[in-house]
Amino acid sequence: MGSTLPLNYVLMLSGIVFAIGVVGVIIRRNLIIIMMSIELMLNAVNIAFVAFARFHGSMDGQVIVFFVMTVAAAEAVVGLAIIITLFRQRQSLDPQDMQLLKW
Amino acid sequence: MSVELIIFFFLSALLITCSLLVIFQRNAIHSALALVAALFIVAILFLTLNAPMLAVLQILVYAGAIMVIFLFVIMLLSPGTPERGRPLWWGFGSLAAALLALEFFAFFLPSQVTKGQGMGAQVAEGFGSPKMLAESLFTDFVLPFEIASILLLVAIIGTVVLAKREF
Amino acid sequence: METSNLLRLIPLVPLLGSLINIFFGRRLGRTNAGLLACASVAFSFVVSLWVFLRLPDGGMIKDVLFTWIESQPFKVEIAFMADPLTTVMLLVITGVGLLIHIYSMGYMGHDEGMIRYFAYLNLFIFFMLLLVTADNLLLLFVGWEGVGLCSYLLIGFWYQDHTNTIAGNKAFIVNRIGDFCFLLGIFLLFWEMGSHGIWTLDFLVLKSHAALISPDKMTLITLLLFAGATGKSAQIPLYVWLPDAMQGPTPVSALIHAATMVTAGIYMTARLHFLFFLAPATLTTIAILGGLTAFFAATIALTQNDIKRVLAYSTISQLGYMFLAVGVGAFSTAIFHLFTHAFFKACLFLSAGSVIHGLQGEQDMRKMGGLKSYFPTTYWTYLIAALALIGAPFTAGYFSKDHILWLMLKDPDGSPILWFLAWVTAGLTAFYMFRQFFMVFHGRCKLEEQVRAHVHESPRVMTVPLMLLALGSVLVGWLGTPKYLHKNEWLDWLHPVFGPKEDILHGGVSEEILFTFLALGIAGLGLYLAYRFYYREETTPEVGAPQTGGMFYRLLLNKYYIDEIYDTLIVGPLTRGANWFADTFDPAIIDGIVNGLANRVRSSSLFWRQFQTGNVQHYLLCFLGGTLLILAYYLYG
Repeated sequence: MGSTLPLNYVLMLSGIVFAIGVVGVIIRRNLIIIMMSIELMLNAVNIAFVAFARFHGSMDGQVIVFFVMTVAAAEAVVGLAIIITLFRQRQSLDPQDMQLLKW
Repeated sequence: MSVELIIFFFLSALLITCSLLVIFQRNAIHSALALVAALFIVAILFLTLNAPMLAVLQILVYAGAIMVIFLFVIMLLSPGTPERGRPLWWGFGSLAAALLALEFFAFFLPSQVTKGQGMGAQVAEGFGSPKMLAESLFTDFVLPFEIASILLLVAIIGTVVLAKREF
Repeated sequence: METSNLLRLIPLVPLLGSLINIFFGRRLGRTNAGLLACASVAFSFVVSLWVFLRLPDGGMIKDVLFTWIESQPFKVEIAFMADPLTTVMLLVITGVGLLIHIYSMGYMGHDEGMIRYFAYLNLFIFFMLLLVTADNLLLLFVGWEGVGLCSYLLIGFWYQDHTNTIAGNKAFIVNRIGDFCFLLGIFLLFWEMGSHGIWTLDFLVLKSHAALISPDKMTLITLLLFAGATGKSAQIPLYVWLPDAMQGPTPVSALIHAATMVTAGIYMTARLHFLFFLAPATLTTIAILGGLTAFFAATIALTQNDIKRVLAYSTISQLGYMFLAVGVGAFSTAIFHLFTHAFFKACLFLSAGSVIHGLQGEQDMRKMGGLKSYFPTTYWTYLIAALALIGAPFTAGYFSKDHILWLMLKDPDGSPILWFLAWVTAGLTAFYMFRQFFMVFHGRCKLEEQVRAHVHESPRVMTVPLMLLALGSVLVGWLGTPKYLHKNEWLDWLHPVFGPKEDILHGGVSEEILFTFLALGIAGLGLYLAYRFYYREETTPEVGAPQTGGMFYRLLLNKYYIDEIYDTLIVGPLTRGANWFADTFDPAIIDGIVNGLANRVRSSSLFWRQFQTGNVQHYLLCFLGGTLLILAYYLYG
């Protein structure tokens, strides 16, 4: 059964969500929210992969999404642990307070 | 305008709204909840795209486990003062991201990639089911599968070490 | 052409002596160092004699050491050669040099730096011998520069006195100007020869191919080479260093600034005579310049009061005579005058040194007088040498100087004007020499008491060389007697080198004798006038000169203010220019450029580093920007 949903609509949606995630990473000053924006970007990519899998009729796209989710989980956990450590050191979640590599 | 399309547009609107809420909420908990909602919507999207297994996994893993961790950490590290808005920087960043989105449009509009029509291929019965996913996973992609499990192990160990109180 | 391995010893043994004195002199002790120096020159003299006796008729001996530069087809070897011209120079340098070395044992006997002195003196002998035995122009130039260096070292020998070092600097720098022109001449010659395919600086090869160069170029080349000679041989305009060079020890003045180094210019033109023969315009220039210099220097010598200055200007004047001879193409005669001049001028300088030594350093003639009784031997050597200088009959100077005067009249390239100039100069020469003689040795003794108490004649180590030189001043002239008296041995000896030009002179014997009498006449007049004014103190013109002679006298006394003119016109502006460069240009512009460059780099880096804010979100924005650009490229590029 073919679908009448054009692929590029889904891709455009993926692009929009990805861009929203980028905005979040760039402009927020809370490390945790930045991490959440990153998760948003990952999800946008997942949408694109699934759309392509459906388009080509191949399971490979979905397998990749599987792995992306795994990695995202691992990365989120480790990232949060780092954030906790940083918070312990600097008592702050603001990336502006962590500018030691400044000129 | 088929039903599919209507559902799709509705879901897209919801998703975009939730994403905007994620990044523009001042309170971190509100952001986290908006993200949970967004993930749910993504799961439904997966359903419409013939990926039921992934949809369930999305809810279980992403919305279930990862977001719970996020909420734990947010509540653990509640920041003192909420951050103040910086319109100039926000406007600038938004503009840049808007440009990015525009460029994506430019990619996606021409017919080279997508050929304009609908999702062309006929999909087999059971496309996206656990059985088909497992078939791919344990035959073609068994090596990445194993490596992924090692990755998870490493992540666990790393996290435990990192988060210890006495360092 | 014979080859001989002994030829190399002539320059190398003095070099060895010098090196030993430099490194081990202190251990040898002063006397031994001096003896070593004398011995090495004596050795060279003996070998030179041997070369002289063994020289094949009209031929040449050559000794090749090794190849110095080889860049095909150009090749320069360290090689020595000896032809008749060279042997003459060798004998002068080593012979007179030996006598001066022996004399120096006495003169410098009490000096602290005696070892250093003998090291320098031997080094000088080495370079001078290198100059005259070089078989190519490049090696000659090495010797040329080397003698300039030794001259500098020896003029400023008593370096604790600043005036001596200034004089040394002056000598070296003025020489340098000449050397610069010399180098340009060598380059031009090399280039011109090269444009015809002959890349060489070897004398024999140059001689056989000299005609290839166009006359215009040849004139330019020879003018440049002669400019170098004016520096080394103290002609106008580069003579100014020689009077100042008298600050050095008197034996140095005798050896370097009378007998040998200053004659290097004459030797060089003689060695390259084949080039000069092809550039008649240059020869004319040389003759005119030589004549003018001879006259000019003689006029200055008339009024000088320092015993060595008079002799210095006399040297300049006599060198002018030699260049007069060169200017008419009479190279053998020029060398002959060089030869005789070496004897009597060295004798004069050493005698003056004897007087100075006895008076413990007094050099002002106005404070001398009546020294005949104190310096009996020196008196006679001085008299003989002075007579030889002015051309008294049958002394050495008579034969050589007279021949030059005769050439001025009779050679097709000569001119009566030049003869007149030289003739008047001869009179002036007689006057100033005997003015000096009478002022020093006759009249009332004007010495201070304590000096007078210690006045003594010089020891035998000094007087014996004096006597030998005086003897030479009389005898060696007979080598070049005019044809009507006896055949001219000298011209015959140098005939193979220079060709027959000088042998053919028109004019009868009686005419020649007439002009000889004219020359003697004016010399006698000069002598008489000197006697008239200076034998007794009351008649000395200096008593009334500032008023009567007035401006003219002062002009001469101050050497025509040439030094001052050079200072204002050349030295002053150059020094100011150099100072400006050092104080203004260098810090402001050079340092400005370098520092400015560094400052630019620094300020730009100060600007660019501000991009490293340390804020990760800023970096991410830059990532985003980059991604946008790349995407744009893929889309539209």
